[in-house]
Amino acid sequence: MLFGTTAYADGHCSKPSGSINILANDFPALRTFVETAKGCKGSADFKVTHSSEHNKIAVPALTANPSEFSARIAANSSIVPLMNQDLIRPMDDLVKKYGKGIQDSQLITIDGKVMAVAFMANTQHLYYREDVLKELGIPVPKTYEEVVAASEKIRASGKMQHPYAAAYKAGWNLAEEFVNMFIGHGGEFFKAGTAEPNINNAKGVATLNMLKKLASLSNPDYLTHDSEAIKVEWESGKVALMTLWASRSGTLLDDEGDAKITAATKLTGPATVGGGNIPAATLWWDGFTLAKNRSDSDAEATFIALAHAASNKKMVADAADQAVWLVEGFVPGPKSIGVIEAVKMGAKPYPMLPQMGLMHGALGSEIVEFLQGKESAEQALKDVEAAYISKAKEQGFL
Amino acid sequence: MPNKTFFWFFLPTGLAMILFIGLPIISTGIQSFYAQHDQVVKEVKKCDPFGCTVSIVVDQEATSILRDEKPLGKFNGFGTYIDRNHLAIEQISDFWKETDSFGEFINQVTNLPFYKALLFTLTYCLFVTPNVLLLGFIIALSLNAISRKIRGPLIFGTILPMIVTPLVGSLVLFWMIDAEGIIGANLQLMMEDPYLSLKSSRTLTWITIIIYGIWHHSPFAFVVFYAALQTVPQEPVEAAIIDGASRYQRIRHIVLPHIYPVVTFVALISLMDNFRVFEPIIGFSAEGSAQSLSWLIYDNLVNEEVILFGSAAATSMMTIIGIAILLAPVLIRTWKEFRTAR
Repeated sequence: MLFGTTAYADGHCSKPSGSINILANDFPALRTFVETAKGCKGSADFKVTHSSEHNKIAVPALTANPSEFSARIAANSSIVPLMNQDLIRPMDDLVKKYGKGIQDSQLITIDGKVMAVAFMANTQHLYYREDVLKELGIPVPKTYEEVVAASEKIRASGKMQHPYAAAYKAGWNLAEEFVNMFIGHGGEFFKAGTAEPNINNAKGVATLNMLKKLASLSNPDYLTHDSEAIKVEWESGKVALMTLWASRSGTLLDDEGDAKITAATKLTGPATVGGGNIPAATLWWDGFTLAKNRSDSDAEATFIALAHAASNKKMVADAADQAVWLVEGFVPGPKSIGVIEAVKMGAKPYPMLPQMGLMHGALGSEIVEFLQGKESAEQALKDVEAAYISKAKEQGFL
Repeated sequence: MPNKTFFWFFLPTGLAMILFIGLPIISTGIQSFYAQHDQVVKEVKKCDPFGCTVSIVVDQEATSILRDEKPLGKFNGFGTYIDRNHLAIEQISDFWKETDSFGEFINQVTNLPFYKALLFTLTYCLFVTPNVLLLGFIIALSLNAISRKIRGPLIFGTILPMIVTPLVGSLVLFWMIDAEGIIGANLQLMMEDPYLSLKSSRTLTWITIIIYGIWHHSPFAFVVFYAALQTVPQEPVEAAIIDGASRYQRIRHIVLPHIYPVVTFVALISLMDNFRVFEPIIGFSAEGSAQSLSWLIYDNLVNEEVILFGSAAATSMMTIIGIAILLAPVLIRTWKEFRTAR
């Protein structure tokens, strides 16, 4: 089996030539992925840019002709602006020609055309401190109502002042938490078949109230805390329950930091909310797309190298800890529990709609005042809709 | 200088200004009058690792025809300027009709993004500018009175806040006032309130940013005032001392009138700088509580997955107009003095 895997991985590199230049976000799994692709660069010129600011570079860099990058590693949300501006090319021919090891489930097809090849999945789910919960006799929470009750109990016990944490930084992060919670309540962001907003309703109010309850159990500076900040809080032992990305579990469970906290850090699926049966979380995929404004030969070379990584059994075996790989041959380890549970529970993917980015942007700034207690939930939702409508009109969606 | 010499002297600067400042402003102005074409969308089937759904995408063929015809977009006139995210004319007139009291009306208006940002920007200008002038002047006077031996190191120490990159300066303070940071944690201890947070309260965030602004900008005022103080003639000062004038009277009647033009200059520059306040908001991650006009432009350009060029252009134009209005009184006064002097 082992030998077979290696032979298989080697057998599928067709030694491309030309020029390959990749734009990707910066976290360990993506670095592994790109490194694996580099192993199949043949005689091609191979360049990569890993940047956490990838979203800001992508559209301008791919709009240029010829485009700066031949490939962009994107996710559900970041593929949308590329689609809206017609910046990526369909790759059906290339998949047919060079994509033997890629599974059908990895293909992102839009209108019947393959626009991206996914290789890993991600979601936000619960992390808990086993020692703290055991000591206070609290069962592992399955719903956000239980998370609130558990946090209140921990606070009452005097063990921790602010037992809950989630990335509530005003802007993208906070909006993402709203998206999760709203979907958990069964909400739909837009009126069916239109770009008209649909959040100012009972589900929206329930979402906001839950976010506020959780915020009151978090560090008072929650509006300035992103994923990195709450990770640090967790590692300093001041938090017992946390909602965080699955892709961050690797850094939480590594050898760095207090061994006692690391040993007591456990993962579980995302929580549900308001009696709903789907989790209050969104599923994400990361996959590669090919730039449209780049020569066919470069696109071909890039595809060969990236497809080599996206079907590489050796990579997923070696780096099983780094991500939940969608590649054939991946055996889920303890760090993938969150995503696997989320999929089992029927979590929904992040909405891949052309106007969703505008809604996300409006949420990030307009619900802050509600959390600060400066306005009512209804007023905040009204503001979000109004801000969204203005932006959507300017962008021609309404 | 003869006019001809002046012309050739000024030409390179003038050309660079037209090229790098004038033309971009004109282009921004034009852009602010356009919006994106109406999006043509179509229903398609989308499949990803988590399943298939029927959803919508932008119809590229139809859109590219529209774009090729009119690459600038759809002419929108002042549409972007008066929409809800900018001047919000319609919303304000609605608030005026709906609200019962003036206070409530003001509340509603300052809840709109543009006015919220304007309110913070003006508050920042109003508190930072005079304090910077005052503090800079006091420091300059004090240092001017100190023995020459230790003046050098002291001057260096005083201008440090200006040398430190604004973003770094604000980040340092940001970590110190964190609930877990040295200032934040001690404040909680002193106030005996574990929920006290400088960063979650709007008022406290504003105060923090304003204090940071004064700290950061004072050295500039100080340097200019200090240089000006060196030019104050000593004879009238000595004469005043012999006449028995107190230190306050000497400053009030001799020093201040002498450096008055410099004060105007510093006030102008500070006002302009402060109206464009931006870095501290990023440094303090204060987007939630404090937004400035410059931050709105930044937000439109980078924080959205779709770049809102029209919105950003409109806010930019209004910022330029805002600075012009703010500077008008000072400029008019300088012009009048210039006329009478001639």
